[in-house]
Amino acid sequence: MIANKETIMMLAAQGKRLDTRKLTDYRQPIVIETNISWTAEGSAKVQIGNTTVMAGVKLSIEKPYNDTSDQGGIMINAELLPLSSEEYEPGPPGIKAIELARVIDRGIREAKAIDLHALCITPGEKAWFVIIDIITINDAGNLFDVAGLAAMAALKAARFPVVNEETGSIDYKNRTDKPIPLTKEPISVTVYKVNGALMIDPTVEEENSYEARLTIASDNDGTISAMQKGGKMPLTVEEVGQMIDLALERSSFLREELNHQLKN
Amino acid sequence: MSEILVKERDIVIPGEALAEGLDYLPGDNTYRENNQIYSKVLGLVNISGRVLKITPLAGPYVLKVGDKIIAKVIDIAMSGWRVDTNTAYSAMLNVKDASMRFIKKEEDLSKILAIGDHVVVKIINVTSQNLIDVTMKEPGLHKISGGRIVKINSQKVPRVIGKQGSMISLIKTKTACEITVGQNGLVWITGTPEGEFLAERAIKLVEEKSHLEGLTDKIEKFLGGN
Repeated sequence: MIANKETIMMLAAQGKRLDTRKLTDYRQPIVIETNISWTAEGSAKVQIGNTTVMAGVKLSIEKPYNDTSDQGGIMINAELLPLSSEEYEPGPPGIKAIELARVIDRGIREAKAIDLHALCITPGEKAWFVIIDIITINDAGNLFDVAGLAAMAALKAARFPVVNEETGSIDYKNRTDKPIPLTKEPISVTVYKVNGALMIDPTVEEENSYEARLTIASDNDGTISAMQKGGKMPLTVEEVGQMIDLALERSSFLREELNHQLKN
Repeated sequence: MSEILVKERDIVIPGEALAEGLDYLPGDNTYRENNQIYSKVLGLVNISGRVLKITPLAGPYVLKVGDKIIAKVIDIAMSGWRVDTNTAYSAMLNVKDASMRFIKKEEDLSKILAIGDHVVVKIINVTSQNLIDVTMKEPGLHKISGGRIVKINSQKVPRVIGKQGSMISLIKTKTACEITVGQNGLVWITGTPEGEFLAERAIKLVEEKSHLEGLTDKIEKFLGGN
């Protein structure tokens, strides 16, 4: 759908949206499916409305970085498949893919969600590295929140592979039931400012009409671990405060949804 | 000798035989080869007397003189605007065809139509090289402001309009929206936000179920509660 930017802005100021949702409502259905791939140690497919994102977790044993010799590491990569939107082209990752990967990475890394010390096997020599790949299947808006949720679901579903004691090689075909040492569950919520109104979970049309956005990653007890501001317009201190309040409230909704759906 | 191999409203695929013998005539999207008539496209069979036609299920819109389309301004040139027609070819809207009033030589064209604006225009000329001219100088042709624009398959435009405009006037009255359907598959809806949303869903439903019979009744039922 191509909607006039003016219509979206006019409606936003009245607290309305093109699809008759409330400004702070997520689209339905929210579907979280885990273990969708047998080649990945953990995987998830998350759908919010028509936006669908897959995330996969791979685990490998590497030499730790010199400055953190007693820790493992995490790497997050995002790929915007050309099939998922008419905007995306094949080729090296563009600015949008890099931003997406970095925002998700920062949310998980800065929350210290994964206990990196527990990933270490032999200090200075061997440690587990967690590699998360995010792939967009369909971009109908709000990739940040959906990808963040997918990464978290995949992390929660991941199980370590069996390691051969003698040779030290990893047998990826067999899994132990040891999960990744997660201490927190950061969930990111992106709040968009459209014509002065604050909006959650935008569609593609709404994403083309925003003035500013703020992605806020927060964990179980409401501690903010990371933020990312986007868009051309500035935000006032009051607006940032409002955005954080809204994001914290909405992240508890997403967290509930995540935990509820993973239990079943 | 001649025999017809399909029924009215059958779905056929390219290369499927429709009829045998010379008594039947190949119409739109069909061809004759070795005494048989075949379909060129994926579509629905339409038998009118001896002529076999196929209504395609999908396909590109071909710009035709006299069609009313909804286009988007993509560039401002010396003497007019270039507009995107939602096809492979862009069209030119000349200054002389843009407005009833006189536009002075030194006037800023972006004040009249800016890049990104949508306009309802009529095609006035298509050359053999597919250079297209459009006009905005007739009643009902104007710049679009407000409302929303929905994209549909251009082959479904006749179904969205319905017989003598029955479908579109049904949606208009039930949702109290003003609706303009461009032949290129862009539909402009304007009204209350709720009405617009309902009209949009109704149009999408028509697009989806257009191959079924009794569509107007289905849409009436869908819109019924209002």
